[in-house]
Amino acid sequence: MFNFRKKYKQPEVNPNLYVHNADQLKEYQKLGFWARLRLRVFSPQFLVDVVWKIFRFVLLVGISYIIIYPFFTKISASFFSPQDFVDPTVKMIPRYPTLDTYKAIILDNDYLERLINSAYLSVITAVIQTLITAIIGYGLAKFKFKGRNFVFALVVLTMVIPQRTLMASMFMKFRYFDFYGILGLLGLPNGIDMINTHWPMLLLSLTGIGFKNGLYIFIFRQFYKGVPDELEEAAYVDGSGIFKTYFRIILPLTVPMMVTIFMFAFSWQWTDTFYSTLFYTTQGPKLLPGLIDIPTTINTDSVAKTLYESAILNTAGLLVIAPLFVVFLFAQNALVEGIERSGIVG
Amino acid sequence: MANTVKAKKKPAALDSKKARAGWFFVIPFVVGMIAIYLPIIADSLTLSFQKITILPGGGYSTEWVGLENYQNALFTDPNFVRILTESLKQLILDVPAIVIFALFMSIVLNQKMLGRAVFRAIFFVPVIISTGIIDSLGSSNAMEAYMSSGSIDTGAQGNAGNEILSAIDIQKLFGNMVVGTELVQYVVGLVNSIFNIVNRSGVQMLVFLAGLQSINPSIYESCKMEGATPWETFWKITFPMISPMILVNAIYTVIDSFTSQSNQVMTYINEIYLTASGGRVLSTAMSWVYFILVIALLGLVAFLLSFFVFYQRKD
Repeated sequence: MFNFRKKYKQPEVNPNLYVHNADQLKEYQKLGFWARLRLRVFSPQFLVDVVWKIFRFVLLVGISYIIIYPFFTKISASFFSPQDFVDPTVKMIPRYPTLDTYKAIILDNDYLERLINSAYLSVITAVIQTLITAIIGYGLAKFKFKGRNFVFALVVLTMVIPQRTLMASMFMKFRYFDFYGILGLLGLPNGIDMINTHWPMLLLSLTGIGFKNGLYIFIFRQFYKGVPDELEEAAYVDGSGIFKTYFRIILPLTVPMMVTIFMFAFSWQWTDTFYSTLFYTTQGPKLLPGLIDIPTTINTDSVAKTLYESAILNTAGLLVIAPLFVVFLFAQNALVEGIERSGIVG
Repeated sequence: MANTVKAKKKPAALDSKKARAGWFFVIPFVVGMIAIYLPIIADSLTLSFQKITILPGGGYSTEWVGLENYQNALFTDPNFVRILTESLKQLILDVPAIVIFALFMSIVLNQKMLGRAVFRAIFFVPVIISTGIIDSLGSSNAMEAYMSSGSIDTGAQGNAGNEILSAIDIQKLFGNMVVGTELVQYVVGLVNSIFNIVNRSGVQMLVFLAGLQSINPSIYESCKMEGATPWETFWKITFPMISPMILVNAIYTVIDSFTSQSNQVMTYINEIYLTASGGRVLSTAMSWVYFILVIALLGLVAFLLSFFVFYQRKD
């Protein structure tokens, strides 16, 4: 696999030593063990270095703790029984641990059905979005057609307009779907009702205007700008067409980047509450956002009602992201490397 | 430079044919724009000037009311203007904090150390998880507040008594120094919202990391040879080289925080949307007001930062 973007290695110089050239090195090598040690340890540079390393470590551990801590509290609270919330001495470790919360959510809120439905929807939209945005990004990066800048400006527009602004209109569009009144002329005065089907999501994905697709197009565009033109030119000279060149030569090179974008698209679709509540009503397919609800078999009437209900909702949230976390754990390396290679740098 | 001049002199036929093929690649997007997105935007804009009633037999009727919705949003609604100004102020204060934090952390994460891969993995968890469902859970989380009372702030509201820092501590720290109380409040607010800042700076950190890794280390090497201190190296080399990324990240931060669903204004607009009569049109008018204000803010940020951005001439 080639790496077009030059990856530089950090120089291997020991910051404690002022040994830069051959003369200094010779001088240094003449010194005995204690003299060397003194030079290294009792230099102000060494002190600064040690202090910085300790500071850095403490800072990183602290911030990692801040990121992970909410998950600890969520996990521990998910095992709390109602009595534990009333008892002020109980913190983090439940006195009467119970699995009732999990049981109730999984059985009453149809966890498995929602999981399968959401997984189906997320995989399909993520695959389509990844492929389509890659193709659009390539078109914007490599071809100087008229109106390219205008198309790119439209891409930026989709990034900038918040979804909420278009919420009402988007619902209307897909509730009474019509194509400039053409369907109306064909005898469907109210258009097609697409609510509670996957069609709105599919149409948005197929046309590259779904959730955060502007960002993906932007990332792919930057990525393809880093791919040297000579590669395609060589293919053209050998008689390969533009599309054949793209799908046979360029697309395979894009795979690491596509993995990253797929991860983004998949996990953002997975936890999405905007589209899945806009296009799907309670009569529609059961999706994961509906899991965040108090199960009917749990009686939350107690002194700590709000606390208990909040804990139940958080447990449901945990169940939503648990599969995502497993996927992330395995794909983490690919994700970080893909971004590093993405050349968002431009 | 010579290369690009040469490239332009290629046979025109191939060039224009190739250029036209570009349309085939962007055609899905263009179709989507024409068929779905632009009508939605136009609809949303006209909707904000209309009154809407859903007919019992299906379908709906609209009535042109001019600027009434905007008037309602700006003058009649008791909360909108207050929430709007508050959140814009907060946004202006948050952007530098998030950008500086992301820059600092990405410089730290770019250094060689033990367990760097683990730290990086943890730092990118919010990128994946802090949207949608989890985001909506976090905004008013009684359980989180209860579990973490007596320890750190986790972004949950209602634990004002348990902040890491209180304004009084900072006041003591600054002693007789002439610092305005507002600055003190700002610093205290930042430290106490560290969870918020960390969670919102994941993508920015990725962008900065990519930027840092594209700086040629031989520049740093020669700096060391010349005896520059790390401090000087940062301001003379790293900072100018990374400055385009700072612009990108500032803009991304503005866009991200104003389109996010946990945003105060967005939450309020959503509440309005769900109210029964006239909520939809009113919420649309509100979000267009908000959109225009944020576009103005984006322009301002881009304008101010563009003075400080240094572009390395390529080739």
